[in-house]
Amino acid sequence: MIESAAVTDLAQRITDLRVDEFRGDVRVVLPSTELFAALEVLKQQHGFDLLVDMTCVDYALYRDATDRFGLVYLLANTQTNERLTVRTFLNEPQLVVRSVVALWPGANWLEREIWDMFGITFDGHPDHRRILLPQEFSAHPLRKDYPLQGRGERHHFPVITRGTPT
Amino acid sequence: MTTAPANQKTADMARPDERDYVWTLNFGPQHPATHTTLRLVLKLDGERVIDAMPDIGYLHSGFEKLGEHLDYNQYVTITDRMNYISPMANNVAWHHAVEKLMGIEITPRCRYLRTIVAELARISDHLLATGAMGLDVGAFTFFLYAFYQREVINDVFETLCGARFTNSYTRTGGVSQDATPLVVEKIRAFLRGFPKTLQDMRQLLYRNRIFIDRMQGVGRLSREEAIASCASGPIARASGVTRDLRRDEPYLAYADFEFEVPCMTSGDCLARFLVRVAEMEESLKIVDQAVENLPSGPVNVGVDERTALPDKTQVYQSIEGTISHFELIMTNRGFEVPCNEVYGATEAPNGELGFYIVGDGSNVAYRARCRPPSFVHFALFPQLIRGHTLSDVVAVLGSLNIIAAELDR
Repeated sequence: MIESAAVTDLAQRITDLRVDEFRGDVRVVLPSTELFAALEVLKQQHGFDLLVDMTCVDYALYRDATDRFGLVYLLANTQTNERLTVRTFLNEPQLVVRSVVALWPGANWLEREIWDMFGITFDGHPDHRRILLPQEFSAHPLRKDYPLQGRGERHHFPVITRGTPT
Repeated sequence: MTTAPANQKTADMARPDERDYVWTLNFGPQHPATHTTLRLVLKLDGERVIDAMPDIGYLHSGFEKLGEHLDYNQYVTITDRMNYISPMANNVAWHHAVEKLMGIEITPRCRYLRTIVAELARISDHLLATGAMGLDVGAFTFFLYAFYQREVINDVFETLCGARFTNSYTRTGGVSQDATPLVVEKIRAFLRGFPKTLQDMRQLLYRNRIFIDRMQGVGRLSREEAIASCASGPIARASGVTRDLRRDEPYLAYADFEFEVPCMTSGDCLARFLVRVAEMEESLKIVDQAVENLPSGPVNVGVDERTALPDKTQVYQSIEGTISHFELIMTNRGFEVPCNEVYGATEAPNGELGFYIVGDGSNVAYRARCRPPSFVHFALFPQLIRGHTLSDVVAVLGSLNIIAAELDR
């Protein structure tokens, strides 16, 4: 059984919370509508002050998967070194969650990367742009349905020529 | 399309707070002081930097997409190319996460060997980071002292696995080559010679007025800011965050050794420099203890477990070896991987380097997310440089030790 005050508290607040443990990682799965409130509680009341990483998984080709995207927040407590993984699932067309930049300023670039690679929109993000790929890029290449062959995106890019500017 | 003449302000530019004398400077992507391919757009008021906008992605190579198409042993060659200053640390981090996913318990000798190479990689990384910090603010001799010792470490790696730089040393359930007595002798020779260099490096810079003036008080990061912006590793420890995974979540063989976690509270460029130098001393202690207590016995997990590739002599001379080799290599066979996901983290030289791996039962990871410390640390840059002068840009950049290949992946 998982002994964590934070998980017990979350279970009281959120009715359909799923908790499990794998290889020592304690993980909770919660609905995306409850996500921001839950992360806020974890940060303010349970000392999970460090957002280690956040990432996304596209489950389009995953066996027995019922949801399209999974968002993963890896939290840590710098005092007790406790770790907690918070996951939520998103489906088209509702690919939007509330940004956590207000809680952790460091989430800024992490959320931009997820937007860039998966096309998840972060509501309330202060600088919602692509980060690794050019702004003209039109697709989200870490999605499983992105083609691995073809001409790519280069026809979208502006061509810069020497000589007289137009 | 017509553009407005240069002297005519557009509606956007005519804001009352817009100052005419603020001008924009492009820094990079090809500039000697960025060391790698990254670009900064700086807003300058004379010499003073008002704002900085990092523009990254020039070296994006789709490493995470490649992770979905290369198997768990092949992908180790890609991790070499992430933080190419300390490829060994990346190899260890990748297979640490893979073995956590598969639930493999590696042998004691393998744990010690991986600890040794990870700590040598840390010394090598910090040598380059501190050396480049010195180089950027004008201490060229210091850089040469640091770089010479990197050669010695590369020689150790060459004797160990045949490659100096892109080592690809680890394998699932073991390592590619066991350490020979010659390797142990070369590591001991390094341990004997390195303290002298460390002492020389200290004497060159610790009381150097120019160096201290350029580093002290520049790019201050408070403890609260460091935690809020997800910083880790030497950058967080220079700001007073006492988090070190080697001590807090002991993995490999770190629980067996005595070492300190150097921390400072001032959080400026000088603190980040001093923490790195102090960490080299601690790594030296760890390597010393590990080499002297290196357990004997097998280095890879047994052939019958069917997780580690068997030794070549076993493949050629025994039927069990041949079978288990084919069982792992053939495309319709391979590792037994649970349909689950884990996050395995290690303390890399630059900070927390973790991999979030989603297994789907096949030979290939369904998703191989890398938590890159450089990416998180480079986001700090604008807030560190704001209000400092243009010449401090290289000092702050050097103290963050940004590796663009890991930043962009």
